[in-house]
Amino acid sequence: MRRLLRRYADLSLRDKIPLRVGALVVITATLVTGSLIVLEYETLRDDLLRNSSSLGRVLAKTLVAPLTHDDVWRAYEIVNTPFHARDDPAITAEILLVLDAAGRVYVSTQPKEFPMLADPALIDRDYAGIAGEITQYSDPEPKAIEGAGTGRIHVIAPITADGVRLGTLVMAYSKTAFIPRYLRIAARAALITLLVVAVLLPIGAWWGRRLAEPLVQLAEGMGKVGPGIPDDDGMRLPESRDELGQAAAAFRRMLAELRGKEQLEREVVATERLAAVGRLAAAIAHEINNPLGGMLNAIGTFKKHGGDEAFTAKTLSLLERGLLQIKETVSALLVEARVAPHPVTYDDIEDVRTLVLPNAQRKQARMEWQNGLREAVALPSTLVRQILINLLLNAVGAIAERGHVAARVHAEDGLLVLQVENDGQHISEARMPYLFEPFGPHEEGGHGLGLWVTYQIVRQLRGEIAVESASGGTRFQVRLPCEAAA
Amino acid sequence: MFRWILAAALCAGLPLADPARAEPQPLRVGLTPVFLDDQVAFLKRWRVYLEERLERPVVLVQRASYREINELVRQAKLDIAWVCGLSYVQNASRMTLLAVPLFNGKPLYQSYIIVPASDRTTQSIVGLRGRIFAYSDPDSNSGHLYPQYALIEHGQAPASFFARSFFTWAHRKVIEAVASELAQGGAVDGYVWETLARRNPEIAARTRIVQKSPEFGHTPFVARASLATREFAAVQAVLLGMSGDPEGAVLLEHLNLDGFVPGHRGLFDDIASMAKTVANAPAAATVR
Repeated sequence: MRRLLRRYADLSLRDKIPLRVGALVVITATLVTGSLIVLEYETLRDDLLRNSSSLGRVLAKTLVAPLTHDDVWRAYEIVNTPFHARDDPAITAEILLVLDAAGRVYVSTQPKEFPMLADPALIDRDYAGIAGEITQYSDPEPKAIEGAGTGRIHVIAPITADGVRLGTLVMAYSKTAFIPRYLRIAARAALITLLVVAVLLPIGAWWGRRLAEPLVQLAEGMGKVGPGIPDDDGMRLPESRDELGQAAAAFRRMLAELRGKEQLEREVVATERLAAVGRLAAAIAHEINNPLGGMLNAIGTFKKHGGDEAFTAKTLSLLERGLLQIKETVSALLVEARVAPHPVTYDDIEDVRTLVLPNAQRKQARMEWQNGLREAVALPSTLVRQILINLLLNAVGAIAERGHVAARVHAEDGLLVLQVENDGQHISEARMPYLFEPFGPHEEGGHGLGLWVTYQIVRQLRGEIAVESASGGTRFQVRLPCEAAA
Repeated sequence: MFRWILAAALCAGLPLADPARAEPQPLRVGLTPVFLDDQVAFLKRWRVYLEERLERPVVLVQRASYREINELVRQAKLDIAWVCGLSYVQNASRMTLLAVPLFNGKPLYQSYIIVPASDRTTQSIVGLRGRIFAYSDPDSNSGHLYPQYALIEHGQAPASFFARSFFTWAHRKVIEAVASELAQGGAVDGYVWETLARRNPEIAARTRIVQKSPEFGHTPFVARASLATREFAAVQAVLLGMSGDPEGAVLLEHLNLDGFVPGHRGLFDDIASMAKTVANAPAAATVR
């Protein structure tokens, strides 16, 4: 039962409201029919009593002559007359008894059961109970006696002439006799109820469904909010001023605000990317400056000594290597500014190494690098690179001089896994819960947007980010779902 | 139309006189329930038959009791009547025997003592002591005189033999009273019982004959003593001729009779002597 209730509670309003409307229709129809049937029972009973009273009056009057003349056969024919007009068995008496002044059977419609001269009380217990009433009742108006415990209603009509009591007419009606007629009426009422229900149920169902539709639309619209924010146009939200309309309007406002927030987040992420480039810039400038210094020295030497062919070649080679190194650095940087997305490749990961390596070298850090990417992965490269850069810059920032930083990238089972470790000061437990929040309370230097942006990007890519930090070091692991790009 | 007015006038017991009319005086025929007289359509056919054969209007007059018809004949308000043998012997001075029906080839019939079919033990009327008994008519031979006579023969007083007795005023209704067990015994014209057994076997089958009387002269057609000889002869000729006439034969078949014979007074001597015996029996004067 409870399970059934729960299942009912889980039903869509689209079904629940029509069900409730239907139940209401059925209950109303049943109650109305029921009360009509009860009323009909009363009417039927009153009809019976009225009919039998008037019949009793007529018969009692007609029986005066046969009783006066002691004409048994005439009396028998008279009491049998109502049985010849059997138009409605429900209204026909079961037994008619004519009792003489002493209360014995003068004549009856069932001579076998109630023979002449017999005492009815000895034949049927019903009469024992009402015998006193039968002999004492003298009002010319017939009277109905409905004895408890008897299956009959008795209508008694005294037969009197000139104030002399000749006898009594007793008409016995079975209480069950009008049950067939009653059932017929009930069946007809039930049929009408069914027809009414048959008409009202579809209307109720349609109306209920109409009522539920806006709620269902609203619920569906809300259900779509999650990873993405649905379009207003995609949903048919109710436009009205009732509570539903108000809810829909509030929902629309909420969607608009969510969209604004998302826009803002996107802007923050973009800004932060440029900020990361800025943080790289100093190290990169140094990176460019070093080969430039070497190349200038080489050119100076070449000018001073001029030279044979071998020296020229050596100088050119030196220049070439210096320029290549610069080119590499610059091109790695250029990608960061490029917006057009492309799948993540082995080279993208290598570019990050190029970009971060100068920062690491400034701390004379040992950088362990495992690039396990063999095939391109269908993820936006810019975002993946930004995650990796952010995590590596944080790692380099966290280590002491000559510390250790490790980066491992590989793809497995539709996941791109980025792992960054460092052996610097571990993250305090107090800070851990707020690690991915911007402007965290324990931020030392910087505004803490780095990890928040990383978190936002990971979430945007439907990935996960996990942190383990202990006294031995800290490890970030990012798992991004992806498909292998063609 | 005129005939109906006449009939209505007769039924109302008014003296009939319209000498201005050229049409002959109608023949007034009294009927009693000595046969199954409750078939209006048959009676109409019989009346038309008599009118055609007699070439004069015929009015059929029915009454609730034998006595009323007897009285109308005595007062010459009826020309002829179909009455009980007992009526004839009691009013022999005012009635002339016109014709006697032939039943099973004889101008004779019996009285039957019947009980409900559910009563399997009663052997004769003597076995019905203390029961409720139905007679047909106080002036009926088979339905009243014979059962009283039979009881007296057995040394019983009819007035106190039964717990209760009553009259149904018709033989057919005696059968109905016994069939419905309103009465536990009844006396009925054997000819009527046999005719009903042929026509409505289901009613007769609910009764059982426990005793049959000796044969008596059948219920006769009588004429008022004052009926003109010519008229008497014409009517008698028509009745006696019914069996020799196809149309009459059909009517006789319906009546379950073979025909009519002139009969003679001696046929009813047994009834007369029974009536005398009953009248002289102590405490047998009334049955009520």
